[in-house]
Parts: sequence; C-alpha cells; structure tokens
Amino acid sequence: MSAKTDEIVEQDEPEVLEPVEGLAALGAYTRGYLARVRGGELGSIPALVGLIVITLVFAVLHQGFVSAYNIEALVIQAAPIIVMAMGLVFVLLLGEIDLSAGTTGGLCSAIMAVLLVRHGASWWLALVVGLIAGVIIGFGMGWLRARVGIPSFVITLATFLAFQGVTLILIGGQGSVILPSGSPLIELENSFLPLWLGWTLLVLFVVGYAAVKVNDALGRRRAGLSRAPFTVIAAKVVALAAIGVAFTYEMGVNRNLSTNAFLSNKAQGMPWVVVLLVILYTIWHFVLSRTRYGQHVYAVGGNEEASRRAGVVVARIRISVFVICSGMAAVSGMIAASLLQSVQSNAGAGNTLLLAVGAAVIGGTSLFGGHGLVIDAVLGGLVVAVVINGMSDLIQGANSAGYEWVVTGAVLLLAAGFDAVVRRARAG
Amino acid sequence: MTTVPMLELRGIEKSFGPVHVLSSVNFTANAGEVTALVGDNGAGKSTLVKCIGGIYRVDAGELIFEGTPRSVRGPRDAALLGVEIVYQDLSLAENLDIVQNMFLGREEITWLRTLDKNSMEKLAQQALASLSVRTVRSVRQLVASLSGGQRQTVAIAKSVLWKSKIVILDEPTASLGVAQTEQVLDLVRRLARQGVAVILVSHNMNDVMKVADSIGVLFLGRMAAQVRREEITQTQVVELITAGRSGDLGLSPAESSGAAA
Repeated sequence: MSAKTDEIVEQDEPEVLEPVEGLAALGAYTRGYLARVRGGELGSIPALVGLIVITLVFAVLHQGFVSAYNIEALVIQAAPIIVMAMGLVFVLLLGEIDLSAGTTGGLCSAIMAVLLVRHGASWWLALVVGLIAGVIIGFGMGWLRARVGIPSFVITLATFLAFQGVTLILIGGQGSVILPSGSPLIELENSFLPLWLGWTLLVLFVVGYAAVKVNDALGRRRAGLSRAPFTVIAAKVVALAAIGVAFTYEMGVNRNLSTNAFLSNKAQGMPWVVVLLVILYTIWHFVLSRTRYGQHVYAVGGNEEASRRAGVVVARIRISVFVICSGMAAVSGMIAASLLQSVQSNAGAGNTLLLAVGAAVIGGTSLFGGHGLVIDAVLGGLVVAVVINGMSDLIQGANSAGYEWVVTGAVLLLAAGFDAVVRRARAG
Repeated sequence: MTTVPMLELRGIEKSFGPVHVLSSVNFTANAGEVTALVGDNGAGKSTLVKCIGGIYRVDAGELIFEGTPRSVRGPRDAALLGVEIVYQDLSLAENLDIVQNMFLGREEITWLRTLDKNSMEKLAQQALASLSVRTVRSVRQLVASLSGGQRQTVAIAKSVLWKSKIVILDEPTASLGVAQTEQVLDLVRRLARQGVAVILVSHNMNDVMKVADSIGVLFLGRMAAQVRREEITQTQVVELITAGRSGDLGLSPAESSGAAA
C-alpha cells in the first residue's frame, strides 16, 4: 500500500528544485507570486492599480491635479483618514467593526482642545490626555464586546451617537475651539520639514528597508531555507527609492506663489505629518508581521475556536484591537484638528468613519476578518483622498457636495462588493 | 508488548446531570500502537475523548499515564502530559500558512521577542519530513489552499512537532476520498511507528481493521470489549457495536439489554 500511495503522491505534486539566484530564480519567484494572486491573495494590487488609474484620470481632466500644491493638499487630507484606517485594520482583522472611530477621534481632539485653550494646559499634556481618553474608550468598548458579549456593531453605534453628544457639550455654544496659532499641534499639518532633513530621512528609510530585507534573506539562507532572490529585493528597494525621491523632490518645490526677492516665506518641504505616518506605519506593520501578538490577531480573525484551543486568550486579543483602534482614532482626530486649526462641535461626525473604513477595505482589508495589512490603510487612504480631492475640482455648482457623497458611497460599496467576491473565490 | 501502557483508563464514570454517559470504562493505549475506539453514535466516544483531553473532568475512575495515576483538571494538564487531540474540524486557521498553524499558540521567538520564523519553518519541515510527507509543496502555503487530506496531514504533523505521547484522531478520514484516506492512514501508522500511542476514533470499519493494533468498542457508555485486532473479525466488531456482545465477547445479556442508562 505504501508504494502505491507514494506513487499517487508523486503524481500529485512533483518535487521542484528551485533555482536560488539569477533570471531563472526571478522567473520562479514571479510565477509563485502570480500563482498566489490567482489563488485570491490579491494583496495591494487592486488598490495600487486603482490609485494609479484614478490619479491619471484626474491628472488628464484637471491640469493642476498633480501640481506640488495639490499633492501636498492630498497628503495632509489623507493623513487623518490613513491613521484612522490603520487602527480600523486591527478591528476588521477580527471581523469586528468600530462605527464610533470617527466620533471617538472627534471627542479626543475636543478634550485636547478644551484643555489647551480653556484650561491653559501645555500642548503635550493636552495631547497625552486626549490619547489616554482614546485608549480608555477603546478598552471600554472592547470589554463590552469580549466580556459582556454585545455585538460590536451595536456597542459602537451607541458610542457613535453618544460621543457626538459629549463633543457637542464639551465644545459648547461657540461651535468650535480655535487652536492657538504657533502651537506644535498646528504645525503637524501646516509646517514643513527643512529640505535637507527630508532627504536625510528618505535615505535613512530606504537604507533601513534594504537592510531589513537583506538581513531577512541572509537569515533564511543561513537556516537553509528558500528565499527571495536578491534581484527581487533590489527591485523593491529601487522602486521604493524612486517613489520616495519623486515625492521628496516634488515636495521640495516652493508652493507659495507670493514669494519674491523681499519676502522669503517659502512653502517647501514635506509636511511633518508624513514623518508621523511613516513612524506609525512602521510600528504597526512590525507588530502585525513580526510579533507573537500580531500572529494571534490573525489567528483569532481566521479561526477563533482554533486559537482558543491553541491557548490564545481570545478576549484579551479582542479588547486590545479596540484599544488600538480607538487610540489611533484619537491620533487621527488630533491630525484633523491640526488640519482645520480648530475643533468643531461636529468633529469626527458625518462621513469621517466611512472614509476610513472605505480606505481600509479599498486597500484590501477584508470586512470578514482574517485578511488585512497596515499598508492597506495607507494605499486605501490615498485612493479615498484622491477621489475626494479630484471630485471637488471636477464637480462644481450648487449640488456638488451631494454628488461627492454619492460617489464616495458608491466607491465604498464597490470595494466591499469586491471584498465579498474575492472572499468567495478564496473559499471556492 | 508487555511494557506499561502509555495510557490506561480504569473505571471511568461520567454523568451529565441524570444522564449516565460513561460507566466503569476501562481502556488502554500502548506506545507505538494504533488503538481504535469505535462505537455507535451516542456510545460515549466523544465524551471519553474529551475526558482524556481534560475538557471534561471524570466523576470517578483513574487516568494512568505511563503507570502513574494523574489528575487531569483541564486541557492544559492534558497537554503537559503529552495528549494532543486532532479534532474532526481540525482547528486550523485558513488565513495562516502551514508553519503558522503548526506553531499557533506556541510560537518561537528570538531574543528580541520577535517571531523566529526561520527556526519555526525548519522545525515544521522536519516534522513533515519525519512522517515522509511529500504531499505538501511549501510550508509557506496558506491552509486555505490545501486539500482535506493535506489539512489532516498538517494537523497530525503538529503532534509530531510537539512530541506528543498520546495523539487522539477524531474521525480523520470522514471527509476524504479514497486516495487521500490511504495517505492519511499511512500517516497514522508512521506516527505510531515513532513511538506515539495513537487513538483512532472512527466509524469506518475498513480503516479500523486496516490500521488498528487493538480495538476498543463502546456500547451505551460501557466498554463492551477491548481486543487485539488479529483476534477478532470485522463481523464481530460490528456485532459488538450494535448489540454490545458477540459470542463470548462483550457485555453480559443483562448489561447489553440497554439497561445501562
């Protein structure tokens, strides 16, 4: 019987010795990648293709779309969406939802603004208190979900409404709290890195990325495991460097039209918020991909029962993702406050949350749990920002705001539908 | 095999409220052997398995591991004693790859407290190789892309990786085709050859007669008989399952009349 079985086995899957380096290896690597894509692991491809296509469309339709001024506007508009989406990725990975991320962000930024402006707290104290508020909110909602067992949809719908009320009460009759000019909180979205610092950080980032990738490959070679060919690593590093250089160069262009020989109020360099985005991305990507905790988040999202049997404390993981989500929502709310230089009494309400959920889903994070990456939030957030920014140029007239809402809703529905279809393909 | 059995159950009793599910069950499983546990639906197979795995606590009776009576208060105790249960639904996360599934909950970490992916991948490969598994191309494949037989293979290989002493397989071939069933049965035998006491819970008489060294038959919560495979025919096993007795074997007429409950 044994010999017969082995025969069947060998027919099933012939053993392949894969070449390690050179063009043949590159070919093998590409084939493996394409096989995974066909198997339903699309990764970032749809978001990346979508981003390029719609950017080209808007660039053709509207002259100034890819100007340095507009790119900067895009980035600072996308920043709060991206940060909130990063937090939502964790919640979505467990197949949960946080409908209140928007209003949580609004509430935390309101707490920060009120402390800063009305109680004379220092900016960093106000910031820290706002962040702690976010963490506590997340813990509370996570506890209600994990220990009490209320569906996250209901908990967060309730807090979505309630936090809107709390923000309204905090801000009071004036309708908004204006942040003091010159505060570092405003500078985040409204002032720029010196050019030399931008280039230095870019070099550090690219070199760091290359070092990590090469170190991984060398580690796998030492362990005698198959690894990505160096040609692939080199290609990725070059691609990253090219995008980085293009962006840094574009951001180095002076965007202030009133600059002249007498006034040197130049607007050049990348916004500080870009540095924050890169740091947050690096931290969360590291947590999800290289720590035991991240592994358990994916496992609970994929098969909760299996994780429990394997000894994972499922409730702790569940609470933690809500804490991360609300904490990131607080950061997002503060970035939004920095962008507006004020906190409105309706901060974080309206479509704030929908845009962030849309960003995560467009980026490739599944609403059904188990599949998602932090990069999804970045790419999806950029797509959403491009759509909004591009439309506001294209659609003019009395009803323009109405059309923008309709298009944004349609894009979100499209992304969610795509997610559902891909999921079915994966299962089948 | 006159050595001490890897696992010996003596007089196991278990009730859920008024329902007496197991009454004075005796059962042994030897290292290096496949011990089949058969019985009709409701005979108490799952309950017995869960008692061994620590999910249920026995009301009375002894669980003797390698000659020493132990108290099993929960799944952790059972795991520490080297018991691994491969459930019918396999307990695999489809969105993770083979290595991640095999190490779930017991990930290796480096001194920086990051995942030690390389050493985990190597250990996983070794575990699969020790079972002569050639059906799996890459251990970095997602479980979602694996066939039923391959999944069963991964679940069984996990027990090799963790050096389990007692591996309980719950209906491992229930949902498999002919070729894959052969592969998995082959794997079961190789697992036993490594010195593991394999307990095979199955409905399939062909499988049981093919791989088991010893067969225990549960009938309405009682152990009708545990006999060596070569001393019994398939017809006798079926009789034991359905009537609780077969000739001299099995329960007394009074016990098998259904009065057990």
